Amino acid sequence: MAIAEREPALERLPWTAVLHDWVTTVDHKKIGSIYFLMAVVFLVIGGAEALVMRFQLLWPESRAVPPDVFNQMFTMHGTTMIFFVAMPILAGIANYIVPLQIGARDMAFPRLNALGLWVTLFGAILAYFSFATGGAPAIGWFAYAPLTEHTFSRSAAADFWILGLLVSGVGSVSGAINLVTTVLTLRCPAMTLRKIPLYTWMAFWANVQILFALPPLTAALIMLLFDRNLGAHFFDAQAGGSPYLWQHLFWFFGHPEVYIVVLPAFGMVSEVIPVFSRKVIFGYEFVAASTVAIAFISFGVWAHHMFAVGMSRTVDIFFGAMSFLIAIPTGVKLFNWLATVYGGRWRMAAPMLFSLGFLSMFVIGGLTGIILAVVPVDFQLTDSYFVVGHFHWVLIGGTLIGLFAGVYYWYPKVTGRMYSERLARWQFWLFLIGFVLTFGPMHISGMLGMPRRIYTYPVDRGWALWNQVASLGALIQAPSYLIFVWNLFISLKSGAPAGDDPWDAWTLEWATTSPPPSYNFETIPTVRSRRPLWDLKHPDDPDWKYE
Amino acid sequence: MAPAGRSDSDGGTLSPGHLVTLSPVKVGMLTFLGSEAAFFGTLIMAYVYFLRQTTQEEPNPSQVFRLPMILAASACLFSSSATIHVAEKALRRKSQEAFLGWWGLTIVLGLLFLLGTGLEWKNLIGRWGLTISRNLFGTTYFTLVGFHALHVTIGVIVMSIVFGLARSRQITAGNVTGVEVVSWYWHFVDGVWVVVFTLVYVVGR
Repeated sequence: MAIAEREPALERLPWTAVLHDWVTTVDHKKIGSIYFLMAVVFLVIGGAEALVMRFQLLWPESRAVPPDVFNQMFTMHGTTMIFFVAMPILAGIANYIVPLQIGARDMAFPRLNALGLWVTLFGAILAYFSFATGGAPAIGWFAYAPLTEHTFSRSAAADFWILGLLVSGVGSVSGAINLVTTVLTLRCPAMTLRKIPLYTWMAFWANVQILFALPPLTAALIMLLFDRNLGAHFFDAQAGGSPYLWQHLFWFFGHPEVYIVVLPAFGMVSEVIPVFSRKVIFGYEFVAASTVAIAFISFGVWAHHMFAVGMSRTVDIFFGAMSFLIAIPTGVKLFNWLATVYGGRWRMAAPMLFSLGFLSMFVIGGLTGIILAVVPVDFQLTDSYFVVGHFHWVLIGGTLIGLFAGVYYWYPKVTGRMYSERLARWQFWLFLIGFVLTFGPMHISGMLGMPRRIYTYPVDRGWALWNQVASLGALIQAPSYLIFVWNLFISLKSGAPAGDDPWDAWTLEWATTSPPPSYNFETIPTVRSRRPLWDLKHPDDPDWKYE
Repeated sequence: MAPAGRSDSDGGTLSPGHLVTLSPVKVGMLTFLGSEAAFFGTLIMAYVYFLRQTTQEEPNPSQVFRLPMILAASACLFSSSATIHVAEKALRRKSQEAFLGWWGLTIVLGLLFLLGTGLEWKNLIGRWGLTISRNLFGTTYFTLVGFHALHVTIGVIVMSIVFGLARSRQITAGNVTGVEVVSWYWHFVDGVWVVVFTLVYVVGR
């Protein structure tokens, strides 16, 4: 099956040479792997910050964590998880998989690719330098003005935060330019746009969104930097500026960002579900087209984060309606996945397990989103723990769980070894139970009126039980991440050899060796259908006859 | 890079999907300019957002601008779009000398624009005391016009590098793609100035 020959084993090099090779690499697979490692490290850091918060909220009137530290924790937790975990892990997997799926030998701009990686990593480190100023910024991850103005955040911590996001934002945009160009220009012969694998398609659209959503954030961060350091007045209400402008600019980035991090996870699930149900994806065209619809509509929903600031009723209705509208293409996808799963011959390995978990959990997260899009309901629930529960349900129950499915799916390809199915199952159930216990009760404490970001709460509000269940859930979740990391690590050595195509899959990345050679494919493949490997394995019954 | 597909005259790769028939370098530049448009769009929106306030406080746009100077500088920038186009045509005709002449003229026009901006800023800061921290007008004006000037500066630097490479014949008619995408960037910077000029000096006074 393999199109490429296995590379001859290299002599054992001294570790300095190996390090030099990795630091100076322009190979999309190595760059993707470093992105992934970076994200895993920051996942552990961001998770530890979450545990500090859950520990503090365990009892009412708790004084375990000082309030200023608590504020730093939720700021850095949100910032880390979005910018230094979700973005790099998705950039990394896209870097690794997309060129393989489209039959290319590398990304369009390999050196730009390396630049994007290191800039993203150094941006993250720069943001964490804020701790060296005596404490991280305590401004929240969406950093509303005027709290971020120099008057209220006097230390340089906020400046490090701004600079870190600016720098890693440059990395994200350069990565997006690279990926979009790669998909548009480097596809193997005969892979027309309508034959692109769904993961590549969705990663492509997420990167198109990055191109247009990140620069407004960059501009807003620069304005904030000027306000703080040059005495400009963009968000300074006393001099005529407008804190409200920051909210618009931030969420103009912030809402497309949600889809930037969830679309690639949709793509991973769209690869896993057909292969593990032994069926062609149901309604490829609808899955593909609904992706484009999501990418466009996502730029018209941002102000649903701002219903409570007092916009006009017309504006409220518009953004509420747009938020309902974006649920339609998302629902289209869900029904397509369900129809693919339905009647399939399931293979219940970890990728499928996590994909089914994704299907059930993501629906719940989507439904609470629709609840929040109802303007009068949002007036009641905004800035409460209900919102915290909602977006964690989407980001973890959507993005992260889909990511786990994708990581286990491609692990044998990347390493040439099988992961431990037993550890993966432990991880799945600990994760799922812990996740439901952590974020389920937040909806209830939110409806009972608990505001987000408070560092402690009075005894008599009836919030204590729900917070304790949430903290218990966090305690169950935490080991699941460690098992995940341990599984990836230990299977590098002890995993059974995986072979080139362990899942009997259909897309081009499985046509080369595991791990792929540095040049990916000895000869550039040609495709005739959406499932080129199926055609190769079943010459008597190829797909291209029917597409 | 994958040698897949047919090659166009620039040695790039044609997409087999027939939707995009540009080389990677060109698509890369176009996507980059798309993100740049989103960046400038945001700064422009911020300028518009504060327009009512900025025209009221003192010093304000109707007091401080010296239009003849700005018009002269803008004329330099606008005409540089024409000269860079002629330069690119000359390179395609394999006339290296004409290319160097027109390309050099483009650099000079870019520098003249920057000189005009510098003199204007000297006037604003020195005579009117208008800085980025003076009032909201200063804040939005210097940010928007400053970022545009930064892009002109980057363009002048890149064009100077191209000029040096072309003089030592490392850029010739054989590899015109680099020159072409640099000219796209320059046209974009010019196009942004059309919007900024209209907004700041015509509508915003």
